[in-house]
Amino acid sequence: MKVALTTSGTEMSAPLDPRFGRAAYFIIYDLEDGSFQAVANQKSLNALQGAGVQAASTVARLGAGSLITGHCGPKAFRVLEAAGVRIYLTDARTPAEALARLRSGELQPAGGADVEGHWS
Amino acid sequence: MSLRIAVASGKGGTGKTTVAANLARVFGSPVQLVDCDVEEPNLGFFIGGASLGCETVTVPTPVVEPSLCDGCGLCAEACQFGAIAVTRSRPLVFPELCHGCGGCSRACPRGAIREAGHRIGVVESFASGSVLRLEGRLDVGRPAAPPLVRAVKQRIRPGPAILDAPPGTSCPVVATVRGSDLVVLVSEPTAFGLHDLGLAVQMVRSLGLGCGVVVNRVGLGDARVQRYCETEGLPLLAEIPDDRRVAEAYSRGELMLDAVPGYRALFEGLLARIRELCARRPFASVPAGGAA
Repeated sequence: MKVALTTSGTEMSAPLDPRFGRAAYFIIYDLEDGSFQAVANQKSLNALQGAGVQAASTVARLGAGSLITGHCGPKAFRVLEAAGVRIYLTDARTPAEALARLRSGELQPAGGADVEGHWS
Repeated sequence: MSLRIAVASGKGGTGKTTVAANLARVFGSPVQLVDCDVEEPNLGFFIGGASLGCETVTVPTPVVEPSLCDGCGLCAEACQFGAIAVTRSRPLVFPELCHGCGGCSRACPRGAIREAGHRIGVVESFASGSVLRLEGRLDVGRPAAPPLVRAVKQRIRPGPAILDAPPGTSCPVVATVRGSDLVVLVSEPTAFGLHDLGLAVQMVRSLGLGCGVVVNRVGLGDARVQRYCETEGLPLLAEIPDDRRVAEAYSRGELMLDAVPGYRALFEGLLARIRELCARRPFASVPAGGAA
């Protein structure tokens, strides 16, 4: 299964971006073989509005079954839920740390949005 | 042709509403005063009046017919506003993000999208003496003001109108000033005032419209705005002094001319200059055929 993580860089050691829609990059990590790729979130980053909706569509399109990020707003949550993407919220500092928490079973899927739209 | 004047500014808080309301007060014959600052309309504080009625404004928003949709996702691709997401062959629509452009229904190859009205705000009209005031009010949480600004403008009746624009130079302002005979740009003699006036002048010129400048709170800063107008060949329409009595009246929601009647001549002079410039259209100083 693939896991999407929000970051401000392209490495597993880059800071985890707590914002979902306006994160600079998504790291798409393959849990089976440990490979990953960084995908720029350019379109959503520059969007006047609807960044969360577009980012959620991107994550779904990239084939991620799970998303790890800091916070998730209501519209993004609806899209991710419809796409069957599980959402994990964390305060981990890096994607590497967030994945370690996921593997150790420390993270629980979020049941809903934890912030209002436009929170950041 | 009915006179149509838009009062705008780059910077906020320079005195657009003050200028618009006082111009209406000295107009001398029936005039429409149109509050296009639909995110925070405030002309009503200064010129109230009795309500003549309130209309709901809607924008056409997509409704997907599931039996016709094959989940191709072209609608979501066409949407520039993130108002549609297609996942697992099912489009999700976020009406609150929709600008009502109709792009999705045109993009749909299967005719699965029809449009239904989604409320974005209201337009209310008020009568106060010879002033008919139209006020647009965008619903809280709606991100897009231009469709409501256009709806307010559609309700302007034949006859002269003064439009109070939102601050800035973005889409709601463009929607307001488009089609005006003259844009009155209100500035203040400060670095911020000058910087944002420059942006507003660029906007007005690229729309192919004519403009003139009112400098408010003269005495507060320096003469940089006046020098800029001279360099750019922009008509300096009026200078309003920095006057504590005006600020106090404003804070009480009083019209400047009611509180300090001595300014009547200033606004009558401003109105005369505006009429004179509008009579001289098209404006020689404006490059023809600006971008739309």
